Amino acid sequence: MRFYNNLTISQKQIVWAWIFLALPVLFYVVIRFYPTANAFVLSFQEWNLLGDRKYVGLENYTRLFSDPVFWKVFKNTFMYLILGTPVSLVLSFIIAYHLDKVRFMHGTIRALYFLPFMTSAVAMAWVWRWFYQPVPIGVFNNFLASFGISQIEFLSSTTNALPSVLACAVWAGLGFQVIIFMAGLRAIPQSYYEAARIDGVSTWTVLSEITIPLLKPTIVFLVVFSSIGFLRIFDQVFNMTTNNPGGPLNSTKPLVLLIYDTAFNGFNMGYAAAQTVVLFTILLVVSLIQLRLLKDS
Amino acid sequence: MKLNRLRTFMMGAATAAMTMASGAGSASAVEIEYWQYFFEARVDAMDKLIENFEAANPDITVKMTHFPYDSYRTKVAAAIPAGQGPDVVQLFYGWLNDYVEAELIQPLPADTFPPEKIEEEFFPMVKAMRMGDSYWALPTAVRSLALFYNERMFDEAGIENPPANLDEFVEAAKKLTKKDGAGNLTAVGITTGMTAQDHHWIREVLIRQFGGEPYLDDYKKVNYNNEAGLKAFGFYNDLQAKHGVTKAAFMDEPQAAFKAGRAGMHIDGSFRIGALESVRGLKWGVAELPAGPDGTKSNYSSYWVNAITSKAEGEKFDAAVKFMEYLTSDEAMQIWLETVGELPAKPSAAMTDENVNHPVYGPFIKGLEYAKTTVFANESAQRQTMVDMMQRIELQGQALEESVSQAAGEEQKILDEYYQK
Repeated sequence: MRFYNNLTISQKQIVWAWIFLALPVLFYVVIRFYPTANAFVLSFQEWNLLGDRKYVGLENYTRLFSDPVFWKVFKNTFMYLILGTPVSLVLSFIIAYHLDKVRFMHGTIRALYFLPFMTSAVAMAWVWRWFYQPVPIGVFNNFLASFGISQIEFLSSTTNALPSVLACAVWAGLGFQVIIFMAGLRAIPQSYYEAARIDGVSTWTVLSEITIPLLKPTIVFLVVFSSIGFLRIFDQVFNMTTNNPGGPLNSTKPLVLLIYDTAFNGFNMGYAAAQTVVLFTILLVVSLIQLRLLKDS
Repeated sequence: MKLNRLRTFMMGAATAAMTMASGAGSASAVEIEYWQYFFEARVDAMDKLIENFEAANPDITVKMTHFPYDSYRTKVAAAIPAGQGPDVVQLFYGWLNDYVEAELIQPLPADTFPPEKIEEEFFPMVKAMRMGDSYWALPTAVRSLALFYNERMFDEAGIENPPANLDEFVEAAKKLTKKDGAGNLTAVGITTGMTAQDHHWIREVLIRQFGGEPYLDDYKKVNYNNEAGLKAFGFYNDLQAKHGVTKAAFMDEPQAAFKAGRAGMHIDGSFRIGALESVRGLKWGVAELPAGPDGTKSNYSSYWVNAITSKAEGEKFDAAVKFMEYLTSDEAMQIWLETVGELPAKPSAAMTDENVNHPVYGPFIKGLEYAKTTVFANESAQRQTMVDMMQRIELQGQALEESVSQAAGEEQKILDEYYQK
């Protein structure tokens, strides 16, 4: 007690701060950091959930990098990212930009865009899965067939399946991005626009010189946020291809689905942990690069 | 549904009351724990079995715990080494190796379960549960495959009897197939989909019917990359590629197409019966799987087994043995058949006149006599090699021989990796 009394006021504040922080810190250590560290250790071991863990050194990693399925999955994961992030950002910006100008039923329209974001991903994926079926049940193909146009193979084609799954994922995330963009647009001071109008600048110049530069913080946030989302895509893929997860011929399989399959169908926990470490590294590197690129310039 | 819930509740209440009563009643009471994964009908059936068992053995109480399927294995693995959890546990037959190696279960005592007697009494595929001189686990019920057919579509097409062999099977499928003006399939003659039960049909039935043996050396060596294998896969592939009587994943899932009345025939397991019975307006029948060109009959059987865990010792072990005895009795098997729709594991319980002549269970039960059980190292990965094999042919135009040989190589790799440990 004497020790405490001898402290200065600011030192006492620090002591109290740590006392209050103790609970969340403990929580994070137990719930987050310990399992994460454990996964790193596990990636150097062999374990089938039953029995003992056995150290195998780098075997899981060498096996991973020599597995053609892993590289296919790696490529798919980046396809989701490279196609998904720009498409969803451009779409949501266009919608937000125009929605911002609409006065008629503004609230209702905004709510409609936000609705998919609130729907369960599983339910949505199954509805889209039904849309994509061939005749006689699929909505899209029945529509095509009624005009005498030949059917399109959506989910059962190695080339169309990934974009088909992605379309559903982009649509699902659109509402959220639109709302964030609109908040960003509203935060731009009106005085800049007034000045531009007095100078008689074209709409395009206003957009490229005022709106987009001032939206940079919003764009950075959305790029990082949606990239992480696409790199971790799972729900839509798994639910739209449950019979042959990640199929056909692994053409839609993302890394997270590979991890799930290795861990809970193959019961190969060490190998799955190695895949998880790779995913973690990818997420970390991609996020750091994006923050760097978009913040500095 | 409501009635069912009520019944489950009453059963639960009764069990709970009995547990409490017997716990308070006798001081020498032994309580053993039983674990299984959650599936409503299985839990109902087990409630009934426990009730009967406790009535016959008043000094033993059985406490059942169930978990969602996803977390079942993890829970079992964590609990038993810690000295907690079940004394008797349910596991899939394919997991036996892993459980034995991890020392989670112990062999069944030879005095109560002599191996010769088991082999005499049970259907032959149960042999997969023997390791060395003893049996490690035994099933109450087993599942087999049969041909479901849509009676209305059969009448419309003028087919009188379900096909008895593969030639009749193809002919019937052709008559049952329907197309619209643009040539799109609107009803298939036979459902196909390697992701459903077809990979079992090919492995244990078609390959054998075309004169092959799918695996050698206790299922450690792939043996279908040969003439018989190619004939079997060729027959299967021709259904879509040559005869046009089916399309893989037509209406998303084979069973969905059959339920919707848009498939004339459908090969599936006995576990599908319950789901089909609740479909209104669908008239369906069941027949044995069609025989091969030389009349060979074959079938595939899978099952869940019960085993005594390594945790059970002393009087709990004795109680667990008694409970296992009851679980493998004819009476338990009949109750399981009536509640869950899974077939008795012993001919003495299965081959009663009433069961064999049953219009729905009969064909499945007849199939058990010649059924084989594949010993999988990793069922989902091994199935995937076959899924990919057919898709390479269908979507990428790969030649059949090449695709089969690639699949055989991939599957052999999975087996080698598993058994080298």
